[in-house]
Amino acid sequence: MVGLHKSEFKNPVIRWIDTRLPIFTLMQAEYGKFPTPKNFNALWNFGAFATVMLVAMIVTGIFLAMNYDPNTGHAFDSVEHIMRDVNFGWLLRYLHSNGASMFFAVVYIHTFRGMYYGSYKAPRELLWILGMVIFLLLMATAFLGYTLPWGQMSFWGATVITNLFSAIPFVGKAIVTWLWGGFSVDNPTLNRFFAFHFLLPFVICAVVFLHIWALHMTGSNNPTGVEPKTARDTVPFHPYYTAKDSLGIVIFFIIYGIFTFYFPNVLGHPDNYVEANPMVTPAHIVPEWYFLPFYAILRAVTWTITIPFTKIILIEAKLGGVLAMFGSIAVLFALPWLDRNPVRSCDYRPTYKKFMWALVVVWVLLGQAGGHAPDDHVMIFGADLGFTWVVVAQLGMLYYFAHFLVVVPWLSKHEKTLPLPESIEAAVEEKNRAKGAKA
Amino acid sequence: MGSDKHCTDGSCDAGHGASRRDFIYMTAGAMAAVGAGAVAWPLLNSMEPAADTLAMSTTEVDISGIVAGVGKTVMWQGKPVFVRHRTPEEIKEAEQADNATMVDPQRDEDRVQKPEWLIVVGVCTHLGCVPVGEQPTENRGEFGGWFCPCHGSQYDTSGRIRKGPAPKNLAVPPYKFVSDTVVKIG
Repeated sequence: MVGLHKSEFKNPVIRWIDTRLPIFTLMQAEYGKFPTPKNFNALWNFGAFATVMLVAMIVTGIFLAMNYDPNTGHAFDSVEHIMRDVNFGWLLRYLHSNGASMFFAVVYIHTFRGMYYGSYKAPRELLWILGMVIFLLLMATAFLGYTLPWGQMSFWGATVITNLFSAIPFVGKAIVTWLWGGFSVDNPTLNRFFAFHFLLPFVICAVVFLHIWALHMTGSNNPTGVEPKTARDTVPFHPYYTAKDSLGIVIFFIIYGIFTFYFPNVLGHPDNYVEANPMVTPAHIVPEWYFLPFYAILRAVTWTITIPFTKIILIEAKLGGVLAMFGSIAVLFALPWLDRNPVRSCDYRPTYKKFMWALVVVWVLLGQAGGHAPDDHVMIFGADLGFTWVVVAQLGMLYYFAHFLVVVPWLSKHEKTLPLPESIEAAVEEKNRAKGAKA
Repeated sequence: MGSDKHCTDGSCDAGHGASRRDFIYMTAGAMAAVGAGAVAWPLLNSMEPAADTLAMSTTEVDISGIVAGVGKTVMWQGKPVFVRHRTPEEIKEAEQADNATMVDPQRDEDRVQKPEWLIVVGVCTHLGCVPVGEQPTENRGEFGGWFCPCHGSQYDTSGRIRKGPAPKNLAVPPYKFVSDTVVKIG
């Protein structure tokens, strides 16, 4: 019986399948017995949340597609038809639109977890890079999807973002025409955006598979950043983390439900309930909240770079903004090589920890700046602070790049880190003792 | 392979650099790349503007009804185009401003075919908004042309950027006067 797998399953049906295709053995090894560090905190739930969101978006998306019409003449009305006439159409659409926000919130926290606990470090660099690839695909998918309702924000958002490519020297205009399939965002654009919006989630599924595969080769990182050494450091994935993830998912669904049922439009923009009009621009174009920090960086570059002492322009402000925005993601790809400090977790890196939280604050500020018109003055409780939001964006961008290109490499060599626990087990024991002493 | 009579100098021996097998790999790889390109090209090219889109890439405008001092917005290639009937004062203003300091210096005479008709693409060169100012009752900004409500760019009566964040003048589309009263844009 060459080539048949020796199955350990007793059930004859399962055994019959498993000997021919050892999928049950695989699941048992990867999601049953899989040894997992026993000290996970709630931040380790977010990978499971992201997986659940990916499934939720694909399922609601497919049913929305059955009633959506990707034609400029009908798209806006077909969304209203879904909202008013299709049975549970309102539920599908609100789950899908709020689902995008939930997905991004989860992915941002998941990424923060990876940065805070140094999960990107050797041997998990490729795992991190695959995560970044998923993030890029997710942004592309979200942008394409936001165009489909064909509201004013859809149309003008698509116009502004596709126009970013016009900043590319020489070939920019031709690329934009190619992307549009015409001379402005129009029916051919909407059609292809729908096609790609349908395709990309399945590409994301494939990369998620690789991401999880890479995770199961290295095993999970954990809050101490110390690799498991003995069996006492780990617990089997089932039932411990299947239970913890299930509880987490219930809580996550409550939050998702609160938005979907009680505040379904609070994260959206009212202008997108006005049908797209190529002749009239809304006074203030803003992307969805999850793109605001990047949008702030895009608009923060207001100066041109010229050859010194001449008027020859090397990089126009528009191109500079585009480069800065893509650069802000590119530095994330390089993070495993920018930070070579052998200590992973911020819990044992007191200085890096402070900068890490500063990055979070800057990120939120960049989001605020991205939501305001660049020439809006910064106001606090009605008092004009005398400078504009674009200044906030510029300072935020300065810190963002300094964090990754100066602070992280410097701390990588010079930070005085705290002593690491001997093992995960030792760290858990220590924590329990401290808890006992308090009680 | 070493026994091959065409290969007596040993250059095709596996141990000494390139072998015949390497050559086969490379030619097969090159052919596969050409094949992949040949398949990819029609796919990518299908995303270019289609023939009917290209066929609609011109617009004819009847300008006989546009009174001096007012502009008319028409659709060309999905974008708004401003056709503005300028008054003698507006023409004079535009020509006098030729030597003023500008972000994107250009002479008024280089932007018009007939001085009384200014035809520009109505898309702000900053972030693509549509400026206002076609009707005299609308805000035309300090320079009497157009005002972009998004970020305050101000254009003069020649559609040149005079103030605000926009980097370029309003673009002049290709057009020609088919007759005294009809303009063909595109």
